[in-house]
Order: sequence, then structure tokens, then C-alpha cells
Amino acid sequence: MSTVRPITASTTEPAWVRRLLIAAVLLLVMVMLILPLCAVFQQAFENGAAAYWAAIRDDDSVAAIKLTLLIAAIAVPLNLVFGVAAAWAITKFDFPLKNLLSTLIDLPFAVSPVISGLIFVLLFGRRGYFGPWLENHNIAIVFALPGMVLATVFVTFPFVARELIPVMQSLGRDEEQAAIVLGATGWQTFWRISLPNIRWGLLYAVILCNARAMGEFGAVSVVSGHVAGLNNTIPLQVELFYDDYNFSGAFALASVLAMLGVVTLILKKLIEWRTGIRADA
Amino acid sequence: MSIEVSHISKSFGGFQALNDINLKVESGELVALLGPSGCGKTTLLRIIAGLEAADEGSVVVEGKDATNQAARERGVGFVFQHYALFRHLSVLENVAFGLRVRPRSLRPSNAEIKTKALELLRLVQLEGLEKRSPSELSGGQRQRVALARALAVEPNVLLLDEPFGALDAQVRIELRRWLRRLHDDLHMTSVFVTHDQEEALELADRVVVMNKGQIEQIGTPQEVYERPASPFVYHFLGSVNLFHGRVHNGRATIGSLDIAAPDDLINTESKAVGFVRPHELEISRSPNGKATLQARVSHIHAVGATIRVELVDASTREFISAELTRSRYQELALVVGDQVYVTPSNIRVFAADLDFSI
Repeated sequence: MSTVRPITASTTEPAWVRRLLIAAVLLLVMVMLILPLCAVFQQAFENGAAAYWAAIRDDDSVAAIKLTLLIAAIAVPLNLVFGVAAAWAITKFDFPLKNLLSTLIDLPFAVSPVISGLIFVLLFGRRGYFGPWLENHNIAIVFALPGMVLATVFVTFPFVARELIPVMQSLGRDEEQAAIVLGATGWQTFWRISLPNIRWGLLYAVILCNARAMGEFGAVSVVSGHVAGLNNTIPLQVELFYDDYNFSGAFALASVLAMLGVVTLILKKLIEWRTGIRADA
Repeated sequence: MSIEVSHISKSFGGFQALNDINLKVESGELVALLGPSGCGKTTLLRIIAGLEAADEGSVVVEGKDATNQAARERGVGFVFQHYALFRHLSVLENVAFGLRVRPRSLRPSNAEIKTKALELLRLVQLEGLEKRSPSELSGGQRQRVALARALAVEPNVLLLDEPFGALDAQVRIELRRWLRRLHDDLHMTSVFVTHDQEEALELADRVVVMNKGQIEQIGTPQEVYERPASPFVYHFLGSVNLFHGRVHNGRATIGSLDIAAPDDLINTESKAVGFVRPHELEISRSPNGKATLQARVSHIHAVGATIRVELVDASTREFISAELTRSRYQELALVVGDQVYVTPSNIRVFAADLDFSI
């Protein structure tokens, strides 16, 4: 017993293994995440700040940014309501085919976004099931805003429900029942007890849902008409610029999307920090 | 407020949780629903509260049929097993909740609500903790917040689900006495669920012993302890010795004991089981002419006011446990290995085909 060895030695990997693993992860993060992100901004500003601003203030770019925000503004609240309702139904009630519903919620994650877009073309397109009827009534869904919103809602559907189900499961029903016995109506129970209890989980879910709604490419691409200035979202417009060899435009717009992504992540982190503090209290 | 439960049945899937339950709780009574886990006691409490709907039967509160009344309209106070405090609200707001959600016409002013909540916190001895969050309280404090919250809406009926289940032994005994006082001071009708016989016997005016979705016996603590109506109640309340034997010609023969059979078994020919409480066994050095068993002392536990003696029946080799006073123990000068004679001062015989498993 001449030397005192650190107690951790028996409970952790040898130092060289730890260093190797950490280095591998850091390298991967550098090459796969940090470098591309830097490249986007570097490319965007390659021709100077003036060119950058010009590219962003381009009519098509502005239209794309507006459309993206509009779609997110419609799709995210819709999914907020759907997601809360679905999570509520699954965690608070017992009903037939509950497991099936729980599985179906994940469907949009499981199928390729392109297929998600295609199903709406198949349903509402000119040759789709409802196509002729819609055409007769002059309602445009595919290759127009409603189709793009539908595709976005579909693709981002699981975010809210998936985030809330475990939160609601761990909360149980006791607090709500306590509220009801104390004389609260269902509505009061929801606003005063259920919602405050899931607020951080919900905000987190909304942020993730929003990030995906703004960044979605595949599904939206299929149902969009790709008309610049009319129904191109930011990701679609980036592709269009890129295909036109308008690299500064493509990267400038891409940097806007990347910025939205970074802001989203910062918000997400803030919420985690905030909920972490609450959990410790 | 009296509560009358008639012919209540409830099943969950294939599991029969309650089977034709009839129970009347008088106004001002403190009643314990006692039984092992899964006996249906919590389900019955939740049906009275309106948190669960019965498949059959009715619940009448103060002469009014409440069977189809929503939980929020019944005006009962309910204390949940794990308190179910609102974790995002302060202690004060937890207590104030029941008043805040009242319709505007019945809602007191903010100042009145606050005064009332503080008053209740004083009643449950939690003054000064009103700004804390529930997570900053100990188990016993949370329990008292849950009680104050339930009392805020001035319920006539207070229902408590395992109110002391999650607390330390010390806190539990204190809160038990305190709850009894509170119940008497506020003139409520209270029903609480417990699996702890000591708690039920000490706290309640009447004890309802339940098993497998049915009521085994209703009575005062003394009645259910001294005159158990069924083998189950014998087993569940306190320790008991079991002697196997037969009933024949109006006599019960149990080991070397021969006694008159109970009235309900006089015309029966069957196997029988005799129940004797440890303190109902007398130990003597000589056969005294009465019905006795011969036994050997196998262990003596001589700590405390009562001496517990383990014996082995000489004929059946089964264990018998007896309790005697310290003075009687010293008089007998028992040592392990002694041959002694055991006389039951009270024995209760049941037909053995009854199911008395717990």
C-alpha cells in the first residue's frame, strides 16, 4: 500500500481510450458540423457584405423568406394543437387501437419526405382522388400554399406529440384529478394545471418543430410549383439559386436559414438550462 | 354528512375490484377502509369521490343520489396517497386553488382567498412556509398542505387515500393524532384507506375490513379485533394461532382439546380451524383439568412489558405463540425446553372449507 491510486481508475476506461474517443468525436463534429457551417457564411460573404445584402434583398429571396415564415406560422400552431391533443389522448385515456395511434404518430419520421410530398399530390393533384372536384371548385392545393402547409404539417407532426408523451406519462393524472375534486372545470384544469406542467416540454417541442418546418425540403419540394417569388421557400430558393450558378445568392440565403437554426439551438439550450434549474429545485 | 354506498360493483377488464359493496357512514364518523393491497379499498374511496364510476350500484350523500354527479360537484375533500400537490404553484396557491377556480359569483375576493389560505396553513401548522414550492417541503409538510388544500373548499366529507403511507413511523404517529383532533374539531365525515391495521384500530370510530372486493366485517376497532367475523379478519388483525381439527356431533375436537362447537356449526360435519390470539393462551406447569395442550418452550422473547413465548405443540409439532405478563412469566420461571400445558381462554372455531388465505 505504498501508492494511493485514484478511485476512478477502477471505474473508468484507461486514459488513452478516453482521449481517443473524445478526439474522434471532436474531429467528427469539426468536419461534419463546424466546417460546413463556417463554409456557408464564408461563401455568403465572399463577394463582400454589399453583395450579401443585395442577395438577401433580392425580390425572390424576400418572397422565399416571407413564404417560409408564413408556412411555419401556420404549420407550427396546427401541430401544437394536434400534438397536445394526440399526447393527451394517448397518455390520459384508454381506448381501442391506442397502440396503433401511438405508432402512427411516428410515421412521418419513418417515411421519406419525398413520399410525404407525393401522397399529397396523389390526393389533391390534378389526377388525384380529389383533384377533379377541387379543380371544378377552383381550389388549388397542390403547387400552392395549402399543399406546402399540408406537407410541412405532415412532416413535422411527430415533434410535439413525441416530446410531450413521456412528459405527460411521468406527470400522471393525480394533479388533474386533485384539481377536479377541488371543483375546477376541465378547461380550468387544463389551463391552470396541465399546461403549466408541460410548458417547458411544449416550448422545446415547438422550437424543434419550427426548425424543421422552416428547413423542410423534400416534401415541400414535391408539392411546390418551384415558381421563384411565388411558391419557393428558403430551402427551395437556395437550390434554385445554386442551380443558376448564383452562389453568393444561394449561400446568402442559406446563411439566413443556418442563422435561424443556430438561434433555435440557442433557445433550446436556454430552455434545457431553465428546466434543469427547476428540476434541481 | 352521511354517505351511503349500495350494491356497488366495479371491475377493471377481467378483474373484479369490488363486488356488491354496501356501506353506510354516519355523519361525523371517522371510518377506516382496511385491507391488503388489491382488496378494492382505494377503488371504493375513489368511487365515493367520483373519480371512478361504479359499474353497478349507487352512492348517496346526505340523502341525495350522487351516483351520476361529477367529482367536481360532489364537494368532497380528497387527499391523494402521494399528495398530488400542484408542483408549479406555491404552497399558498395550492391551498387557494379550490377557491380560485370557483365561478365568479361564488369566488371570494383575492384578499379573502389569501386570508383564508393563510388561516388554513396556520391550522395545519405550516405558518411561514406559504411562499415555498411543494418540492421544498418534507413528506409530512406536503401531507399537511394536501390536507389544507382539501379543507379550503369546506367539504363536509373528507376522503384520504393511505394518508400516512409514505411517512416515517415517528411523523406518522404524530399526524395520526393530529388528524383525529382535526376531524373532531371540524365536525366532518371522514373515510380513510389504509393497509395498516394499527392505524385503522387506533384512529377510526369504525373499521371496514375488506378482502378481494368484498367487505369482511364492519365494526368498532374493539369489535373487529375481539370478535372477528371471519378467518380472514382474524388473520389480518393481529397475530393469531391456528389449530386444525374437526367438528362432529356439536363438538369441536382440535388436537387434544374438546370444546362445544359454535352455533352455526352445530349440525355440520367438517374439518375445522380454531383461532386463538397469543394473549388468550394461558401457560401452566401442570394440567389443570381444563382442555389443555401439551407443548415445549422453544424460544422466549423477554423484552418489553409483554413476554412472547414460542412453543411447539407436543402432538402436532406445530408452532404456537403465546404472550404473558412479566409477572406471570417470573412466577412460572420458564426456560427454553420446559414442558408446559397450554390452555386457550378463548377460541373461535370456523369450518375449514372457508377460504381464509390472505
